[in-house]
Amino acid sequence: MGRVLPTGQEDQELLLSTRGLTKTFGDLVANDALDLDIRKGEIHALLGENGAGKSTLVKMLYGSLQPDSGSIIWRGKETSIANPAAARHLGIGMVFQHFSLFEALTVADNILISTDNPVSRQRIAQDAERLAQSYGLPLNTRSYVGDLSVGERQRVEIVRCLLQNPQLIILDEPTSVLTPQEAEGLFETLLRLRAEGCSVLYISHRLDEVKALCDRATVLRHGKMIGECDPAEETAASLAAMMVGAQVEKVERDHDGALEAAGEVLLELSDAGLEPESPFAVRLRNLVLQVRSGEIVGIAGVAGNGQSELFRLISGEVSAPHDQIKIRGKQAGGLGVNGRRRLGAAFVPEERLGHGAVPDMTLSENLLLSRHASDRVAFQRFGPLGVVWKSMLTEAMTRICDAMDVRKSTADPAASALSGGNLQKFIVGRELDRQPSILVVNQPTWGVDAGAAQHIRKALVDLAKSGSAILMISQDLDEIFEIADRILVIDDGSLREAGAASKVTREEVGMLMGGATAGMRTSTPSSEENHAH
Amino acid sequence: MGILEAVLLTIITAATPLLLAAIGELVTERSGVLNLGVEGMMIIGAIAGFAFAQMTGNPYLGTLAGAILGALFSLFFGFLVLTLVTNQYATGLALTILGLGLSGLWGEAYIGVPGIKLQPVAIPLLSEIPFFGPLFFKQDILFYISIGLVCAVSYFLFRTNAGLKLRAVGDNHHSAHALGVNVIAVRYMAVMFGGACAGLAGAHLSLVYTPQWVENMSAGRGWIALALVVFASWRPYRVLSGAYLFGAVGIAQLHAQALGIGIPSQFLSALPYIATVVVLVLISRNRRLTLINTPATLGKGFVPDR
Repeated sequence: MGRVLPTGQEDQELLLSTRGLTKTFGDLVANDALDLDIRKGEIHALLGENGAGKSTLVKMLYGSLQPDSGSIIWRGKETSIANPAAARHLGIGMVFQHFSLFEALTVADNILISTDNPVSRQRIAQDAERLAQSYGLPLNTRSYVGDLSVGERQRVEIVRCLLQNPQLIILDEPTSVLTPQEAEGLFETLLRLRAEGCSVLYISHRLDEVKALCDRATVLRHGKMIGECDPAEETAASLAAMMVGAQVEKVERDHDGALEAAGEVLLELSDAGLEPESPFAVRLRNLVLQVRSGEIVGIAGVAGNGQSELFRLISGEVSAPHDQIKIRGKQAGGLGVNGRRRLGAAFVPEERLGHGAVPDMTLSENLLLSRHASDRVAFQRFGPLGVVWKSMLTEAMTRICDAMDVRKSTADPAASALSGGNLQKFIVGRELDRQPSILVVNQPTWGVDAGAAQHIRKALVDLAKSGSAILMISQDLDEIFEIADRILVIDDGSLREAGAASKVTREEVGMLMGGATAGMRTSTPSSEENHAH
Repeated sequence: MGILEAVLLTIITAATPLLLAAIGELVTERSGVLNLGVEGMMIIGAIAGFAFAQMTGNPYLGTLAGAILGALFSLFFGFLVLTLVTNQYATGLALTILGLGLSGLWGEAYIGVPGIKLQPVAIPLLSEIPFFGPLFFKQDILFYISIGLVCAVSYFLFRTNAGLKLRAVGDNHHSAHALGVNVIAVRYMAVMFGGACAGLAGAHLSLVYTPQWVENMSAGRGWIALALVVFASWRPYRVLSGAYLFGAVGIAQLHAQALGIGIPSQFLSALPYIATVVVLVLISRNRRLTLINTPATLGKGFVPDR
């Protein structure tokens, strides 16, 4: 396949192109004169940081937004796409990032609602099941979507999209919510679609995926088109550099040095456990864990093996027997979140909107919410009256935003107005600003672009250097190996020591994640030399 | 006519306005809009029905006017909450207060004026059936409409594509918008349908139930209708049974008073609301039931991005 072609040369091969496509929101130019070319039968990646304008572009291609200027050329003819129905009519299908499904409706109804020609529910259910079968994506059309797992929901979206025989399928960050196995299944489907002559526009943050799957890539930065490339010939680092506009360096960390220099134990779990609170929760058992001053401990694991339960247990959202958790040597199991924060611990939960921040409140209000008790003196005055000290709060908010390079459109925007990466930087910065002696963070860079992720990791490393103990729960093995000094694996609610990051291999950690019972559980991290196979 | 037959007839008459208003509100709420102004739209329908019946001498034209003015009044609500995206709770309450005030103003001239009753329409043959005939087939047109509406709404919601769209909008307006459903247009129609139904319910009060104009004659029935929709967990046929249950409670209250039975009438008037609370507790215990039947966007405004 001819890969490195200059744009717009082979018109007969082009399925869709845009010329000078522009969209502005107020002062922000979300898309600035974009010239995108998608050929027939290719998987085309659209790369860019959060806020680079990818979503705006695909929304215009799918007709849910109208461009301010520029044109869309579909199979050689200039077209305007007035609404999603028009896009579907042309043969453009879309699988949304935040699924456009209806939980209260059955799978069949969900599919029915996006078909534009009248068909009976039975017909469509039959068609959907047959199509799903042929792609190896089993689907029960009578289930309610609310009862389905995330992976199954995406399957519904894909089947719904395929039923319209599209020539172009747009997938917006499809794997960000999938397990590795589910993602693998998705890739097979996409490759098969390509073999059938269908084009795919693939948006993803995961550069490895893009390299493995995509034929060509278009890179956007700040709404402008930076260039086109063949991802197979690039490295993940060079792709990231194009997206960010600067070389993204890996965070430097001397893991062994940090372990050697590690000081006293600041966070300790001794045989802690947690009974499941709901039928979907994981039971935590016999957790033994020590995090020492100056070290970063990474907890790897496949999603849903007890990570969020572990976070809730350590952060104090659920209480434990008093002696099972020690923070800086003091028993803290019975303390709530604020009690533990007062002992010098800080927590960054996984979910930014709703858990880490109240979406509709401003950044300074969110700052006060998390620190109202642990830093009462700093932000409230007149003693027991506790009147909010507005100027101090604004000052701290500005300080955090400057330190973490949080880009915002107004002085004090609502949390929901920030892009994912910027909000995450703020939430992490909010805790770092306190100089906590213990930081527990769950999925620090989930769904965050490369530049922001690097910023956050660097901040964590700097905090560890200053002598704090850091516990990082992450499903991203690259991230674990990049900054963690010592690695544990959580599997079905139990923790297993994998060893020092410099000694253990990815394969060994992977085996433990998959539930292999290697004899690796030892008390001291430095004696890890045994192998699983 | 036996005692039982007479009691059942009064129950049907008491239940019909509840059923009409509730089935309209059900459609409105299924689209994700909470209109707390049912009481106001109802009383507007009552005065409009009465006034137009007086002006034209034709109670059918009065009924029609009740529906149309109810719909227009709800259009005003729709403009506020859908186009201007005001708070639905506050706007609905304001609509109730406004409706009560406006109707009082308009109706001043009609106080004490003898009303025109909407006469029962006997359905040939069927109305001859002993006992059931006079109960179900010798009723005013609004009774037939109310039953027909329940069937029609159920069929519409669960069997037609348009109904599917309406439920989808109520479940997740962002998804519906992303798929190209015109959320605001769907909601305008649902709101106006609800208004028309509430208007019919009001017309029933002033043309059938007590054919005269009395200020505040809706007497809280709009609130019962709202409670009824929740009681029925947003299912049309449950609204039907609920309306008759609530209607029966209302009648029982009158009879209990007349017979001097020792149940305080206040307790009986509170009964529909107590039942609603119990149902709310029961359905919220079952995550699935709640998920499937409760419109998830109920009461939330929607601003499409552009």
